[in-house]
Amino acid sequence: MNEFVTLMKSELVITVIIFLLLFIKLGSGMKNGMLLLVIQNLLLLNLVIGFFFNAEGNLFDGMFHTTALIAFQKSILNLGVYLISLLFAGWYMKSEHLAEFFILLLSALLGLDLLISSGNFLIFFLSLELATIPLAAMANFDLEKKISSEAAMKMILSSAFSSGILLFGISLVYGATGTISFAALPVLLDGSPLQIMAFVFLITAFAFKLSIVPFHLWTADVYEGSPIATTSFLSVISKGAIAFVFVSVLYKAFQPMHEVWHNMVMMLSIITMIIGNLFALRQQNIKRFLAFSSIAQVGFILVGITGNSIDGISSVVYFILIYVFSNLAAFGVAAAISSQTGKEKIDDYKGLYKTNPWLSWVMALALFSLAGIPPTAGFFGKLFLLTAGAANDNYGFILIAALNLIVSLYYYLRVIRSIFMDKNEQPVEKINIHPSTKFALIICAAGIILVGLMSWIYDYIHTLG
Amino acid sequence: MMQPGLYHILFISTALFFIGVFGFLTRKNLITILMSVELILNSVNLNFIAFNKYLWPEKLDGLFFTIFIIAIAAAEAAVAIAIIINLYRSHHSIDVDNAEELKY
Repeated sequence: MNEFVTLMKSELVITVIIFLLLFIKLGSGMKNGMLLLVIQNLLLLNLVIGFFFNAEGNLFDGMFHTTALIAFQKSILNLGVYLISLLFAGWYMKSEHLAEFFILLLSALLGLDLLISSGNFLIFFLSLELATIPLAAMANFDLEKKISSEAAMKMILSSAFSSGILLFGISLVYGATGTISFAALPVLLDGSPLQIMAFVFLITAFAFKLSIVPFHLWTADVYEGSPIATTSFLSVISKGAIAFVFVSVLYKAFQPMHEVWHNMVMMLSIITMIIGNLFALRQQNIKRFLAFSSIAQVGFILVGITGNSIDGISSVVYFILIYVFSNLAAFGVAAAISSQTGKEKIDDYKGLYKTNPWLSWVMALALFSLAGIPPTAGFFGKLFLLTAGAANDNYGFILIAALNLIVSLYYYLRVIRSIFMDKNEQPVEKINIHPSTKFALIICAAGIILVGLMSWIYDYIHTLG
Repeated sequence: MMQPGLYHILFISTALFFIGVFGFLTRKNLITILMSVELILNSVNLNFIAFNKYLWPEKLDGLFFTIFIIAIAAAEAAVAIAIIINLYRSHHSIDVDNAEELKY
């Protein structure tokens, strides 16, 4: 019993918070401001508890397992969710269903936590569904907007389709090996054609969830149509957790087939980077722009994954940590502007520096970090990913990745140029930033600068791996 | 009378899977698209049952998996239909061609 509590600590805490919110919603007519404060403090508590009482071990015959690295990954997700609860305060205050939104968001987080800890295809599938079904409901949260329901429709149909493909792959794995446990799988894999076919189905499902290129078509539409809090959860938390699982499935369960998946991941990485960059060049809407830039970032994560070494794991975890700070900062600034003025076009950002210098600097810092320019943490993240990928001596591939980095500079700097240099007769007026948004943006900005400079963070992740 | 073998069942389940994929990609009506997804999920159920009966009769993993898939499919359909109803309220149609605000 005691072991059960310590090992499943993070899931239990989230479940308790979900029930608390349900009771608050049922019991009292709490005002949005008070409720938001309660939620933020509960999530802060959740983040703090994540750092204590960590244990390693297995539960339920290996269905659920946790290690120090997994506990660290869950802390990254908790941090991201706490920042999301702070960042979009302007939107939350206007929302009529604040408690429901956070119940759905925390259900999705619970699913992602279980997903990272899963040691079995059954629990893997269940937690993946627990993570995606609430997300589709969250995408529909601007009930009166047409684009919101369209985005939710695209999200639920594409996720249902991809889980169908995932299940077909799992059924073939079961037929070929007779097991659905990750731990028992490596011994039984011998690279027979049936197993390779099963693996292709599995990687397709992962590609859908991570929006890797041939399967990325839902991403931009869902990102643009959803409320911005959902978009940021989708692009940061959900994508990060699925990247963690992707690494552990490839490196542990499918290690005997690494010659098969190495080439597949490499091809996917190249086309993801190229297509993501090319489409990001022509976007006008800031949310769509960030959607395609996040597709390109996934391409770089895949570069690290091809390394197939301990460096691969730690560089991916480190990159996701930086990605949480930089992408949430960019979404936070975009949300602050769009919730007050309704402007989401990149052209509307012209002359922003004149009226909102503080927001402009945060946005610039976030975009520099996403582009990977040296003083910011994004540079070190990309550096470690490329170093991990270069371990297999395929320098041509690394060269393509580096060239893509240069292309991505163009479109990130385009936004920065319109903020700082372009003249505009009617720039966005002065934005009143909610105090909690300001606090979260300061945390993000500090994270973007400090995570890169404090080298012990990467060393710490490396020792965990 | 001839007993159906593993290959017969696998043939049916694979055919069902690809009918589902074809329907998902070509149909215009959202409810029909949802039905195609259900076809895919049911083909997976058939697969699990067949593998369990013919290849691994001493195990129960496949049977359990099938029960969970049925439950999850119901949950997914519930949320999907709620979203489709909301889409119908705003667009007055459940044809995918009419939901076209988000492009490029």
